[in-house]
Amino acid sequence: MKESSGSSALRTYVLTRLALALPTILILLTVVFLLMRVAPGDPITASLGARLPAKELEKRKEEAGYDKPIFVQYGEYLGQVATLDLGESVTDNRSVPSIIAENGSATLELTLTAFMITLLVGIPLGLMAGRFRDGPWDVGGRLYGIIIYAFPVFFLGFLFQLGASQVGWPTSGRASPIVEFDLDKVTHFYLLDTLIAGDWSAFWDVLQHLALPALVLGLTISGVLVRLIRVNLLQTMRGDYVEAARARGVSERRVVVNHAFRNALVPVVTVAGLQFAILLGGAVLTEETFNWPGIGSELIRYLNQRDYIAVQGIVTVFAIAVVMVSLLIDLVNAFIDPRVRYR
Amino acid sequence: MRQRRLSRWLGPIRESTGVSRWILWSGVAIVAFFVVLAIFAPLLAPYGFDQVSDAAGRFPKQGSPDGTHPLGTTVGSYDVLSRVIWGARTAIEVVLLAVVFSLVVGVPLGLFSGYTGGRADRVLVLIMDALFAFPYILLAIVIAFLLSDKLGQGVITAAVAITAVYVPQYFRVVRNHVISVREESYVDAARALGAPRRTIISRYILQNVVQSVPALATLNAADAILTLAALGFLGYGIQPTDAAEWGYDLQRAIDDAGAGIWWTGLFPGLAIVALVTGFTLLGEGLNDVINPLIRARSTAKPDIPERPGGGIGEGAALPPADPPPSSDDARGP
Repeated sequence: MKESSGSSALRTYVLTRLALALPTILILLTVVFLLMRVAPGDPITASLGARLPAKELEKRKEEAGYDKPIFVQYGEYLGQVATLDLGESVTDNRSVPSIIAENGSATLELTLTAFMITLLVGIPLGLMAGRFRDGPWDVGGRLYGIIIYAFPVFFLGFLFQLGASQVGWPTSGRASPIVEFDLDKVTHFYLLDTLIAGDWSAFWDVLQHLALPALVLGLTISGVLVRLIRVNLLQTMRGDYVEAARARGVSERRVVVNHAFRNALVPVVTVAGLQFAILLGGAVLTEETFNWPGIGSELIRYLNQRDYIAVQGIVTVFAIAVVMVSLLIDLVNAFIDPRVRYR
Repeated sequence: MRQRRLSRWLGPIRESTGVSRWILWSGVAIVAFFVVLAIFAPLLAPYGFDQVSDAAGRFPKQGSPDGTHPLGTTVGSYDVLSRVIWGARTAIEVVLLAVVFSLVVGVPLGLFSGYTGGRADRVLVLIMDALFAFPYILLAIVIAFLLSDKLGQGVITAAVAITAVYVPQYFRVVRNHVISVREESYVDAARALGAPRRTIISRYILQNVVQSVPALATLNAADAILTLAALGFLGYGIQPTDAAEWGYDLQRAIDDAGAGIWWTGLFPGLAIVALVTGFTLLGEGLNDVINPLIRARSTAKPDIPERPGGGIGEGAALPPADPPPSSDDARGP
């Protein structure tokens, strides 16, 4: 009886959450569309206006459908998104999916490594701060949380680059040019590709290039995590079941490790979802700082060239990715934390 | 009357103790320092923010710190010390504008949405949540980019771009607070006594909800400094000819790092870190002090016997002193 009511609550939750994701995506797409249409002039004139004669511009505009009423354009845009055909960049004729495929792997390799660093630093520090409240760990952890949060990614990057330049550590790009040229790009994740090729010196080269940007991005985000885990642990330590475990004579060490820590870490999954949007934003800055050829630096490049179609495509993909990840996180949460689905 | 209201607001601050008092006052000191820099920038800065020469000729390019330029000069021959001081003015101006704009838009929207409820509320929540989920830097860049053609790349454009990022946060916090307050018995009582809707909203609900605003606004100010710097770093912030801006200076300094030139990036960077830390401490302090639920007052500590085997009992004697979840939510993207 209990079992079946649990699974039906889960089913209801999953369905509701799925149903809510669609309007969210639709709203974001509408915002993106409106923003790009508020932009002065049409995309074709904006990016190519100075280079092509007026007649050629008119022809291109007609081809791209920019002479149609705005509602028709909106419909066409939604249609494009639904069919995953987001058009081609005006300036260099790359299709949006190919931009995502070629530069997305760089961004993903960077953000995933950075996120691992965030967890490796944030979880232990947060747990120690919460466990030894008001002790040196707590003061240190809280100070770290506040100060590292105050560091802009690019300033931390600047400091790391200063240090790196003293010892000749690479600070730009994903790999040395020769390594990158020779690399057989199977997965487009360079760490994996060099491993597949079994080339250890190339692997070391890629790792060296990845280390600083990932460290900078990972550290700046870890501050928020430290604060959150600390507060969570403080709250769980006040929970009745922790008190009950103590009353049963369970050793303090086991109470903390088996009862409090685990429950304090559940919300980390939720935070991970929120962090994803911050990570994407931070990735743009990190990529600019370290000349990392990811989607973020491509986005800035296209913005500078006023290539609205490429910008619209990339921002659209970001928006969908953010909604998808937060959906995924909520579902994972519902599976591991029954309180979520009974709310 | 005015005096009484003021003392009611300042009362909790005077009563604060221990760590939260320390946090609050160090925040006040740091922010006050930068406000002084901002106000007296023309007197304090040795040169103008876009000055590249004086009577003695053109400033050196990337000159190391010396007597005439205590913090050196940048690749564009600007004086670093002057840029850092003038940058404080820009940062304070933009943040002040952005906070005021977001309050003016976000708080009434949240009040309306929370009080009326129904379909309008649901639609607004959906829109604001969607905006909230979006990577905030992207939102700010795109808006700054779009406004730059109409308003130029100045203080107003930067402030509006930052406002767009923070409106959803104020909306969320105010709306949720209104919803929890709306059903309180004292509001019901006022309604039963026949108080007009306007009185209920302004006197019973707004007065209560407004308490959470100072802490949120200060914490957002910290975040706004970072967003402003990020915009400047990416080239969509304030142009160097309009005003001095730390993020822009850091962007120009990134290439210096490889050559071992440290002074062009270090000082604007430290200024950002210091001001953001100041606002964060101030916000955290206000949070501890203003919020009556988590406020730890200077009451005599009850005498509780030490628990054998681990000092876990210590915390139990004090009221809980965690930051409320609402403010932590707001620190998100």
